[in-house]
Amino acid sequence: MIRKRNEPANYRPLSPCGLDVGQPKTWVVELEGARKAALETGRTRLIVSALVFALAFVMIGLRLVDLTLLQSDASAQIAKIAPANTEWRSGRADIVDRNGTVLATTLPTNAVYANPRQIRNPDEVAGRLASVLKGVDEERLKGGLASDRSFTWVGRCLSPRETDAVNGLGIPGVYLQHDECRYYPHDDLFSHVVGYSDIDGQGIAGMEKTFEEKLRGGKAPLELSLDMRLQHIMAEELEAAMTEYSGIGASGLIMDVDTGEILSMVSLPTFDPDRPAAASDEARFNRATLGVYEVGSVFKIFSAAAALDAGAVSLEDGYDISKPIRISRFTINDFKPKDGWMSIPEIFLHSSNIGTVHMAMEAGTKAIQDYFGKFGLLKRGAVELPENGSPLVPAKWREINTMTISYGHGLAVTPVQVVRALSAMVNGGELLAPTLVKRRPGERPVGEQVISEQTSAQMRWLMRLVVAEGTGRNAEAPGYMVGGKTGTADKLKASGGYDRNNRIASFAGAFPMDDPQYAIFAMVDEPKPTEKSYGYATAGWVVAPAIKKIVQRMGPVVGLEPRALPSEVGPDPLFVPVHLKGRSVASQ
Amino acid sequence: MSLTFNRTDTSLLGRWWWTVDRWTLVSLLLLMGIGCVLIITASPSVANRIGMDTFGLVKRQLVWLPMALAVLFIASLATPRWVRRLSVVAMAGSILLLILTLIIGAEIKGATRWLSFGGLSVQPAEFAKPFFAVTLAWILATGKQEDFPGMMVATGLWLLVSSLLALQPDVGQTAIITGIFLVQLFLAGLPMFWVAGLAVMVISAFLGAYFTMPHVTERVNAFLDPEAGDRYQIGRSLEAFMNGGLWGQGPGEGTIKQYLPDAHADFIFAVAGEELGLFACLIIVSLFAFIVLRGFARLLHEESLFVLLAATGLLVQFGFQALINMGSTLHLMPTKGMTLPFISYGGSSLVALALGMGMLLALTRRRAGAESEEP
Repeated sequence: MIRKRNEPANYRPLSPCGLDVGQPKTWVVELEGARKAALETGRTRLIVSALVFALAFVMIGLRLVDLTLLQSDASAQIAKIAPANTEWRSGRADIVDRNGTVLATTLPTNAVYANPRQIRNPDEVAGRLASVLKGVDEERLKGGLASDRSFTWVGRCLSPRETDAVNGLGIPGVYLQHDECRYYPHDDLFSHVVGYSDIDGQGIAGMEKTFEEKLRGGKAPLELSLDMRLQHIMAEELEAAMTEYSGIGASGLIMDVDTGEILSMVSLPTFDPDRPAAASDEARFNRATLGVYEVGSVFKIFSAAAALDAGAVSLEDGYDISKPIRISRFTINDFKPKDGWMSIPEIFLHSSNIGTVHMAMEAGTKAIQDYFGKFGLLKRGAVELPENGSPLVPAKWREINTMTISYGHGLAVTPVQVVRALSAMVNGGELLAPTLVKRRPGERPVGEQVISEQTSAQMRWLMRLVVAEGTGRNAEAPGYMVGGKTGTADKLKASGGYDRNNRIASFAGAFPMDDPQYAIFAMVDEPKPTEKSYGYATAGWVVAPAIKKIVQRMGPVVGLEPRALPSEVGPDPLFVPVHLKGRSVASQ
Repeated sequence: MSLTFNRTDTSLLGRWWWTVDRWTLVSLLLLMGIGCVLIITASPSVANRIGMDTFGLVKRQLVWLPMALAVLFIASLATPRWVRRLSVVAMAGSILLLILTLIIGAEIKGATRWLSFGGLSVQPAEFAKPFFAVTLAWILATGKQEDFPGMMVATGLWLLVSSLLALQPDVGQTAIITGIFLVQLFLAGLPMFWVAGLAVMVISAFLGAYFTMPHVTERVNAFLDPEAGDRYQIGRSLEAFMNGGLWGQGPGEGTIKQYLPDAHADFIFAVAGEELGLFACLIIVSLFAFIVLRGFARLLHEESLFVLLAATGLLVQFGFQALINMGSTLHLMPTKGMTLPFISYGGSSLVALALGMGMLLALTRRRAGAESEEP
């Protein structure tokens, strides 16, 4: 490098660290050529650098276009996968009816809690929270917030709207957390069967309790045998009957006589399973499975079946029913006393206590007791609910017990026991275990043959006779061949003995009687007479019309069409003609 | 600030207004504005995640912003001579702080990068970069014009600063410092033989870093092999761009910020991609490219070697940082802890970049008789 140095004074060595402050001086430009050359090199190489940078920026831009526009398909893939991973799964399986309608489900909700130590003004905070949360007791909340703890629940199972409202309040010390809550979308329609669970999702009543283990952590829903449509029909008609006759309660069941599946189980009054604590014990009480009742004349079905099946009597037999039966200090009378001799069908048709007692005594105490035992009326019911009542069986079964039990007094059973035994009477004599869980298609339980096919056919005929000609005429749904038996029983008084003014009106029946498919039992507790019923509060007035409506409404639902039958009664060629006060009711 | 300066106004502000590179200034202000928007949308979820007040990070950044604007403006008022003086002194100070960082700095995520001054955390490396660029330019320019071993001294300074950064360890900043050094060396007329040699050395350095520093190994592996290492961040980042599409999901509508721990800093460009879309991202890239390339273009007419080298160094630092950040986010290179200039969250980064760009504006102001400013 050539260095031209004219005057040494003009050369200024590098100042220390570039600190030349306070030394303003003129620079003599010495190396013009070298400097120009260096600048020239710098500029040329600057262009090279700039090109490299430009290229790099262009690459970034191209990569952006590549990612955002050309790879958007990949993004769709990601978007699809993402929600699948975050799909919410509850910790408790649903309960559905036989058609898959949801009866109980678990939803993600929010819970709100507070740290009382962080709450400065408990009264104000309680007021503001209570204003947006329904079902929160302000006074109780005040107490909780004023306490010296670090945790208190404010509310559980918040709806999204409530969650938003609590968030909107923005109160320090009040927190939200995720929660799961059990919901019963049909309100009070299935309360007694489905049951309910506590705030932590633990089943504490009904099927929720029975199947706690299966439901907890389960994925597949629990399928009940119930049919929501039939349940609705039953509940509505029972409610109407109960209201019309000012009853204090009612219960109804529909059972598939071939499978033992219970299609409808209603107990009134009912309650909201979302708020079981608000309901009375009376409402929470399941009359269908836990309540035991003396159902009166309905029992004549079982007495007659027992006497016929035991061979003690035949349909052609008859008794003189003009005289009341006196045994020790009791007198057995008929509700509507008739004169003279009556055949067995007539006894059944007119619901004669005296005749029934004669029949039962003909069979004997031992036989009646055995048959009733086989019908499942003497042991605790076995439906899948935790609420199963035990029948009230006489401690010592004497002759007088056989007599009274034959017409439905002195043995109290649950409605589900009645409908179970009833099914066996009409389905060919096979007693099936009742179930509230849907059976798989084709699955048919093996039951015990408790009466013969023939006796069952006779019972079908007798029961059809009652509706066609006797006390159950109000249950006649044209074309459905309803058969059944009414029962009106005085209720037991708390003080002992029977209360003549409080009764249970019930109806046990099945249809269609030429090939029964459904057994129905319905009862109204303590119906009061009305003007319309001419002062009667008997089953024929109270329950039979409800049965008619139920059959007529459920027929189309279950696919049964009303049929016009040429000969209404006694289709069985086994039957000999039976004379009822001069009229022939049995064909052939 | 009134924009009605008369051309004959010879006051400090008047002269500044008529000589400063207003296009670059406006571009810088635009970047800061975009940065504000992105910080506001990206940082609340980050703040919530680390247990801060929702707008805590936004507030912090908005405190730094006026300071950065002031620094930018004041620095741009300086003459090249003052830029040089400040930088040389501050370079010495920065070296001291870097040493101090290694001794008393707080270790965060396996690296010692921060110094605390009574609650105020500072990252000395951020400040070292612009001072390094200017000081190096001065050394090299002097070496060209005086009897002074410029290249040797420059190399010594680079070795010192880069090893201090590598010890933290901070590969990103070391790479920036090295980038500035190499470009300036190249511009200062390094013989082509050495240029080739250096290229080999740079490659060896990368390989060396790969084989000796575990976290570099990890990141490079993750880059090269989609199956290896932690692909989570980059995967989310790419997803963000794909979700964004042409017009984006809309400001505040993105979800990437929920998942990425550095959504407000290193991965803010991905937030921009998801929420504002390709169009806005291209605008951001264009702004960076415009500032760098316009800077280079103006320097073509520069008569002072010092100014040429110093301004180039500052532009290289700025451009490199932007390229590395965006390149990492777009998976064009292994991820590095690098802020996107003027957009990412971070007070040190913002103020240091404002200072650097302020000095750039000062150096590129139109001057009469530029030679008289020659050191």
